[in-house]
Amino acid sequence: MADTAVGATTEPEHGNDPSRRDFIYIATIAAAAGGAASLVWPFIDQMNPSADTLALASTEFDLTKVAEGQQVTLKWRGKPLFVRNRTAGEIQKAVADDSAAMNDPQKDADRVKPGKAQWLVLIGSCTHLGCVPTFGGGDYGGWFCPCHGSHYDTSGRIRKGPAPLNLAVPEYEFLSDTTVKIG
Amino acid sequence: MSGHSTYEPKTGFERWLDARLPIVRLGYDSFVDYPTPRNLNYWYTFGGILSLCLATQLISGIILAMHYDVGDAFNSVERIMRDVNHGWLIRYMHANGASMFFIAVYIHMFRGLYYGSYKAPREVLWLLGCVIYLLMMATAFMGYVLPWGQMSFHGAVVITNLFGALPIVGESITTWLWGGFAVDDATLNRFFSLHYLLPFMIAGVVILHIWALHVVGQNNPTGVEPKSKADTLPFTPYATVKDGFAMSVFLILFAFFVFYMPNALGHADNYIPANPLVTPAHIVPEWYFLPFYAILRAVPDKLMGVLAMFGAIACLFALPWLDTSKVRSMRYRPTAKMYFFIFVVACCILGLCGAKLPDDPVIPHVKTFLLIDADLNSFVWLSRAATLYYFGFFLVILPILGLKETPLPVPESIASPALSHPAGLPAHATAAPEMKG
Repeated sequence: MADTAVGATTEPEHGNDPSRRDFIYIATIAAAAGGAASLVWPFIDQMNPSADTLALASTEFDLTKVAEGQQVTLKWRGKPLFVRNRTAGEIQKAVADDSAAMNDPQKDADRVKPGKAQWLVLIGSCTHLGCVPTFGGGDYGGWFCPCHGSHYDTSGRIRKGPAPLNLAVPEYEFLSDTTVKIG
Repeated sequence: MSGHSTYEPKTGFERWLDARLPIVRLGYDSFVDYPTPRNLNYWYTFGGILSLCLATQLISGIILAMHYDVGDAFNSVERIMRDVNHGWLIRYMHANGASMFFIAVYIHMFRGLYYGSYKAPREVLWLLGCVIYLLMMATAFMGYVLPWGQMSFHGAVVITNLFGALPIVGESITTWLWGGFAVDDATLNRFFSLHYLLPFMIAGVVILHIWALHVVGQNNPTGVEPKSKADTLPFTPYATVKDGFAMSVFLILFAFFVFYMPNALGHADNYIPANPLVTPAHIVPEWYFLPFYAILRAVPDKLMGVLAMFGAIACLFALPWLDTSKVRSMRYRPTAKMYFFIFVVACCILGLCGAKLPDDPVIPHVKTFLLIDADLNSFVWLSRAATLYYFGFFLVILPILGLKETPLPVPESIASPALSHPAGLPAHATAAPEMKG
């Protein structure tokens, strides 16, 4: 007993070697942190849109339903989508304002498809805090958001109020003269 | 928790339990023998009232969750109102209980502000209170979404879009919060889950809040620490009876709303099922969020508006280090007292502005305050003035005033002004604490 006890104290102390200890501590903490991090990510990412939500990609729409000067509101990806058949007056007004001072300058021609200036397709979600603007209100003849008073013109461009950006134009294409595919 | 325990187990069972789990001793030391300042007034009863509010919300909420169906949210709430036995009562208690909770918490916070209850050594106590307030706001917001009416839906849209104002990460954060491209079923489902979780987190932080309170001791209207036994009274019966009486009065107000005007604090549009394609013409949050909503709308820029709104809450967290005065109670700070009451008025004005349309005139039929491009006779300009004062109070007045003002003389001890009170009782009549409310 005494021999082994003496022997143990005179031998090189592997167990108490400070650098080995530190390495074990760091390695343990690093492994635990790595493990925790790789487990945290699935728990965070599960809140992102699921596969079936992402699958609701595109929708087709028959434009013959919309008479001149009218607007149809569809639901696309949970958000309202405005399809507006603009009158000549509305287009003229939008083009005339192309060079006016704006927060988010954009030409009217860049917001419609070439040769289809009467068709304006917009995501009907105010770029301020997401309320649905109503057509016919506001100072610019376009949309007005009732929540915080943003005014959009007949091209859906922000002209006055707290919204920072124009009403977004979604990705869409004309399948024929009377059908659009949105998304 | 306040030094030596005087609990003496009386029965054999109590002695047996005390040696194994001294829970009766903890209760005795915290709520019977615990010394409270003898001069606590009725503004100090709101802590107890808030515990009652939390218990009410937890019990009524757990019951509502037994009948609520997140897959058919709007109709299941109507079913609770019409078909579930006493469902109408429990739902009205829960909905109005939230408002009562906020009335009590605002009084509790203004009381802390007035008597300097956030100053050393009570900073952590105050910070824990701020955390509880944040959790309360999150809980109340998500609870308001659950009936899935028009106000629920569009309220959720507006609030979640606030995070979209952040540069770069904004859009990914909102998508993550929604679990889709817009507020939808996935959003409602997670809000229900979190609405159930957060109250228990509140309860946890409340335990920390009470723990911190019992470590540093209660503040009192003089702001002077208790120095001797003459300055304190035992919690029971003095504080228990006073809190109990205040709770009874508070419950009368609560019952009045539940039974006579259960929808007065709500909004009629929330009885219309959620429709993502139409926003109600006049969208407002619940009354307890109106001051912050007014601050949001006062700033014309989206990101700055959101930052101002969160900054208004951040000021509360920073308060212990913004107020430079060594004197706790504003009772002895006449100048600070004046600014404090203007602050209370500014908060009420912000609440009023939040409920109105920004461009509506404050004084009807008058359009004479036009200054360059701005119509000063509009709620948006009134809310701008009040917002300026809100931030000025925290960031300019409190830091500078503490260094410049001359406070009134602070009493030696709590007992000295109480006992020399003209209408007071003889010095040995400790059974009659000053009842200044």
